[in-house]
Amino acid sequence: METHRDDTASKIGMWLFLLTEMLLFGGLFIVYSIYRYKNQEAFHQAAHELDVVVGTVNTAILLISSATVAMSISAIQLKNKKFALFLLGTTIVLGLVFLVNKYFEWGIKIQHHIYPGSEVMAQRGQGDILFFGLYYFMTGLHALHIIIGLVFIAVVFARIWNDKISHDNFALHENAGLYWHLVDLIWIFLFPLFYLIT
Amino acid sequence: MSSHSSSPEPSYIEYQGKYKGIFAWILSTDHKRIGMLYLYSIMTFFIIGAVLGLLMKFELIAPGKTVMEPQTYNAFFTLHGILMIFAVVIPGLPAVFGNFLLPIMIGAKDVAFPRLNLFSWYVYVLGIILVVISQFAGEGPPDTGWTFYAPYSFRTAGNMLPAVLGAFVLGFSSILTGLNFIVTMHRMRAPGMGWFKMPLFPWTLYGTAWIQLLATPVVGVTLLMVVAERTLNIGFFDPSLGGDPILYQHLFWIYSHPAVYIMILPAMGAISEIIPTFSRKSIFGYKFMVASTLAIAFVGYFVWGHHMFTSGMSGTALYTFSILTFLVAIPSAIKVFNWISTMHKGSIDMQTPFYWAMAFIFVFMVGGFTGLVLGSLAANVHLHNTHFVVAHFHFIVFGGTGFAFFAAMHYWFPKIYGRMYDTRWANTGLILFFIGFITLYMPMFYLGYMGMPRRYYDYDEVFHGGNIISSMGAWVLIAGVAVIIINLFRSAKHGPKAVADPWGGKTLEWTVPSPPPVENFEEIPTVTKGPYDYSQD
Repeated sequence: METHRDDTASKIGMWLFLLTEMLLFGGLFIVYSIYRYKNQEAFHQAAHELDVVVGTVNTAILLISSATVAMSISAIQLKNKKFALFLLGTTIVLGLVFLVNKYFEWGIKIQHHIYPGSEVMAQRGQGDILFFGLYYFMTGLHALHIIIGLVFIAVVFARIWNDKISHDNFALHENAGLYWHLVDLIWIFLFPLFYLIT
Repeated sequence: MSSHSSSPEPSYIEYQGKYKGIFAWILSTDHKRIGMLYLYSIMTFFIIGAVLGLLMKFELIAPGKTVMEPQTYNAFFTLHGILMIFAVVIPGLPAVFGNFLLPIMIGAKDVAFPRLNLFSWYVYVLGIILVVISQFAGEGPPDTGWTFYAPYSFRTAGNMLPAVLGAFVLGFSSILTGLNFIVTMHRMRAPGMGWFKMPLFPWTLYGTAWIQLLATPVVGVTLLMVVAERTLNIGFFDPSLGGDPILYQHLFWIYSHPAVYIMILPAMGAISEIIPTFSRKSIFGYKFMVASTLAIAFVGYFVWGHHMFTSGMSGTALYTFSILTFLVAIPSAIKVFNWISTMHKGSIDMQTPFYWAMAFIFVFMVGGFTGLVLGSLAANVHLHNTHFVVAHFHFIVFGGTGFAFFAAMHYWFPKIYGRMYDTRWANTGLILFFIGFITLYMPMFYLGYMGMPRRYYDYDEVFHGGNIISSMGAWVLIAGVAVIIINLFRSAKHGPKAVADPWGGKTLEWTVPSPPPVENFEEIPTVTKGPYDYSQD
């Protein structure tokens, strides 16, 4: 069979897939808003326990990584393979730093016995249980998406390295960028919901 | 490609690719072969699900214990529901006939993403494996029913985790198929085929694909929450931890009601292909058919609350959901009206697919009208969770989608296999199937109306008569299914060769040989006429 290439089709496909991702998190945002509405005081108090500094640093990291991935697409279009690889490498490193921060943030919470099902949690109110349940579930699902995004970007990195992606064939690269922006965008919503609205 | 010009291209069945034997099928990215993979998987699970149903009907033939323990009965209706909903009717028409026919009907060589298409079949198989594991591993099979209602779904000792994950994975497969179809229809229609020259089956697949895409993620995340609830003790839906079980029901039905339209829209699409062909007339009100498809897909999102009239909702919510439920009946009625009007003054050719289409219209109308009974608040309070509901949704899901599936099977069979089936046996099968179906489900309306609850393995003596009739209907129905499937199986091997267009159909799939060649078209056709143009005949 002859190969058939349609970049517009793959981009439409990616946008549709992003739509499903948004709805996946959309379900969680609904759950969050309902429980916040029902437990306003508890959510207000519990949010104070999260570290705003770590959250802010992670937000900055993701925003910068989104910029680098976008710039790498421009670099590929301008036939600058080396710079594109450098920018993608930076994106991967930033993504990993985000995960490391997340690991320590979760680790400290778990050390203080703040995790679902712990005895400390059982003694606290239901609002706290829900807040931290949502916190772990939503940031956990988001971290999973970061990992998927990193794998995706690593694949693109390898394909640029092998010259399979070039200035006239970069649909996959753009799709990886789109996915990474979505992961970033979801964090932009998670950050205020858990850290800032206190 | 020049070597092909001398000899005709091999059909997709005979084609010899890189791989041999079964690998030529399970590693093929040809949309037609993938359609066949789905067909055989779906028929397998349909037969398993039907046998489970038959055994449940054996249990219900007399009050008290007949052939199985109560817990076995619970496990049976759960597995019956999971298999029939997630593994049979949701993928049913889109994955089988959509995959096989959509590219041909719009004049394309394949779907937009052939490898993704094959991947979605593997995802489907993975989902099935998880469901199977749930039956044999752990503390015993799941017993919640296919709805996995909280909080029981994380309190029961049954082995829920693989079942819930299996449903999640099956949903993912459905999303990928939908995504693929939308892009295919946007990018790959043949030159000249504007949106309003597209046949109606692709149109319904389009509406369906959007529902698959927009509704499935919501149930996906909900099922993940149930998984988290069971493994991490998180408490989203657990009242003792502050969660709200009613919220689970909302999130579940936000998907699972639109899922009903995933099942029924392509069924309506198949019927909309069959009726013009056998009436030798263009479909009546083509644009209304398209508009009603999209209207059903759209309004279908906003009626989920009618599954929860007795669960506890505000009065305003109750009225709103009830009104919206009545609204969704309007586009469905438009379709029935247009089908009947298409036949009016047509030159009707009484063939097996046409009989199936007629049977479909009848059972679909019974299912639709009883849906309105359930959609009205006062009646619902009385009928909720009774056999009336079971009868209603079997009339829609089995009667609607199932009849349309067999209608489509008998309509496109010569195209798919290049052979014709035995019409006498096919009609005998249909008659048995129809009589069995009516005998099985009609008494359930009465039983439910009299107050027999669903999902109970035992019942009061007053319900005995109705249950005997219903159980006997199940035997006739199974006999009908057996006749139909054996006949199709035999004919696929030994039937007389079929011509390219045995029914006089006008859509593009009838312009290619039966069975279609690997690349579908030697040259992509240019479309100049509407899909059902009989003006020349």
